[in-house]
Amino acid sequence: MATSVRAASDGRAPAGWRTKLFRLDTKASPYAYIAPFFLCFAAFGLFPLIYTGWLSLNRVQLGTSAHWVGFQNYTDLWDNQFFWTALRNTFTLGLISTVPQLMMALGLAHLLNYKLRARGFFRVAVLAPYATSIAAASLVFVQLFNPDYGMINQFLGHVGIDPVEWSSSKWPAQIAISSIVTWRWTGYNALIYLAAMQAVPADLYEAAALDGASRWRQFISVTIPSIRPTIFFTIIVSTIGATQLFGEPLIYGGNSSSGGSAHQYQTLSLYMYDKGWQVGELGQASAVAWVMLLILLLIGAVQLFVLRTNNRRKLGG
Amino acid sequence: MAQLTQPVRPSGQSRSAATAEKPRRFRLRAGGAGKQQNGGPVAYGFLILAALVSLFPLYWTVVAASHTDTDIVTPPTPLLPGSHLIDNLKIVWDQVDMTTALINSTIVAGCVAFSTVLFATLAGFAFAKLEFRGRNALLTIVVATMTIPPQLTVIPLYQIITNVGWVGHIQSVILPSLVAAFGVFFMRQFLAEALPVELVEAARVDGAHSLRIIWHVVFPIARPAMAVLGMLVFVQSWNDFFWPFIALNQQNPTVQVALAGLGSGDHTIDHAVVVTGALVATLPLLLVFAVLGKQIVGGITAGAVKS
Repeated sequence: MATSVRAASDGRAPAGWRTKLFRLDTKASPYAYIAPFFLCFAAFGLFPLIYTGWLSLNRVQLGTSAHWVGFQNYTDLWDNQFFWTALRNTFTLGLISTVPQLMMALGLAHLLNYKLRARGFFRVAVLAPYATSIAAASLVFVQLFNPDYGMINQFLGHVGIDPVEWSSSKWPAQIAISSIVTWRWTGYNALIYLAAMQAVPADLYEAAALDGASRWRQFISVTIPSIRPTIFFTIIVSTIGATQLFGEPLIYGGNSSSGGSAHQYQTLSLYMYDKGWQVGELGQASAVAWVMLLILLLIGAVQLFVLRTNNRRKLGG
Repeated sequence: MAQLTQPVRPSGQSRSAATAEKPRRFRLRAGGAGKQQNGGPVAYGFLILAALVSLFPLYWTVVAASHTDTDIVTPPTPLLPGSHLIDNLKIVWDQVDMTTALINSTIVAGCVAFSTVLFATLAGFAFAKLEFRGRNALLTIVVATMTIPPQLTVIPLYQIITNVGWVGHIQSVILPSLVAAFGVFFMRQFLAEALPVELVEAARVDGAHSLRIIWHVVFPIARPAMAVLGMLVFVQSWNDFFWPFIALNQQNPTVQVALAGLGSGDHTIDHAVVVTGALVATLPLLLVFAVLGKQIVGGITAGAVKS
């Protein structure tokens, strides 16, 4: 590309200011095009990220100046049982909302990949929850999961199951909250899988069919390995999303940042909001935020490691 | 320029045609009609179930929004729409400033979508078709920034908007969202495929400066992807909760912040009214979905990482 430009300018007046300008334009314009992104990121992403790290080493309250305390905010967290509860809850909530969601999305994508009547309808229908907001979906699910009059318990009653305490008990509350997440995102992930499945070469299926592989066998041995990068991508995105769960548990608890009467569904985000905006300890809240970043980096490293070893095993075998 | 844009349309079409054709070919060759008929009822059964589970909460939102609080909290829960929708809407508007909230959400989501699409197209074009030092490293950085959670930035941002007196003003929600790494990546993926590099070279040889190339070559080709990205970002921004919840208040809310206000203890909680608020917040997007659902579906599948 660069050669063609030079050829064009060589044909004209030698080294006139137009040519110089033109060459400068060619050189500089790529940076001009990516500049808005990097400027905004520096101002609203990178700078706050580092500043949060600095704040986490200070005692600072809303409206006061910072006072250096070193790692005390972190050791305070270590000694705080509610921090550990929040960490555990974030982990369990993440697990029970991400794993079933992605498994169901895979199955759904497989079904949507069949030749179907009303295929467009099904695709739009499963994506419809994506159009709802965290706030709206949570408020509606709070009604559905109400232990006294909610439709879920009524339905369970019809099939002979006793009413479940969807808010005061730990696991039922976490299941209810994770169902909001799962409901909103399953269809979205299914469509991402579907796109990847449609790019799998037909020859692979032909070969498998010739070898006598059943449809299930083909799904396991051809489809899943072929779309592995996409699966990896959705796992990362969903993990990041699950680590940040905030609105669902907040609204499920009636706008309370405590995450239930016994903190049974208080996530790290809620805990951070509680520390920062309810208690007013911004330094402590910053420490929570940085712990979240460390956890994400750790998860990312583990996932990368798993992917690498998987690929190596594939190459070796 | 007319000459330049000519090869564009066909290439765009052939691309979508190719993705549409591929699965069909696979079905004809490897599928075996018999196997597919066997799988049919089961597949339809599961899909109908999935569609029901997806759509039922939305349907029930409409039902609950048209009943009284007493109807909802007395089992059996009503399953058909009632006649109290207008009353509930009036109460929603009494309790929170829903008009302001709807206007604010429209402004915020509109500004964010416009600027994200504009900057993402420019950056996506640079990353897809221009050669410059550090391109790959910078693209890696863009993708990596997607993993930074907002929790890591809200505390300094909150301090900043407090200092400049922007708490409760919508510019504090708009400014931090003007660009999105996802958008840059999305446009790069699209333009890498859809924009023939010869077009850019030809325009350069003709002496077009880079803004001319953007305006007359890149934008016309990128238009379908820009539309899809715009819709996706609009939906995301309209539904955004965490930062608006912190930066705004009930005097000047977005729809989501107003909704959180409806569900909180400030008023006696009328469950029908709360659900009506949820309906008001969701309805605009559902209407967009009803009209443009297929394009949005296509956009999401186009933006996916393909193996």
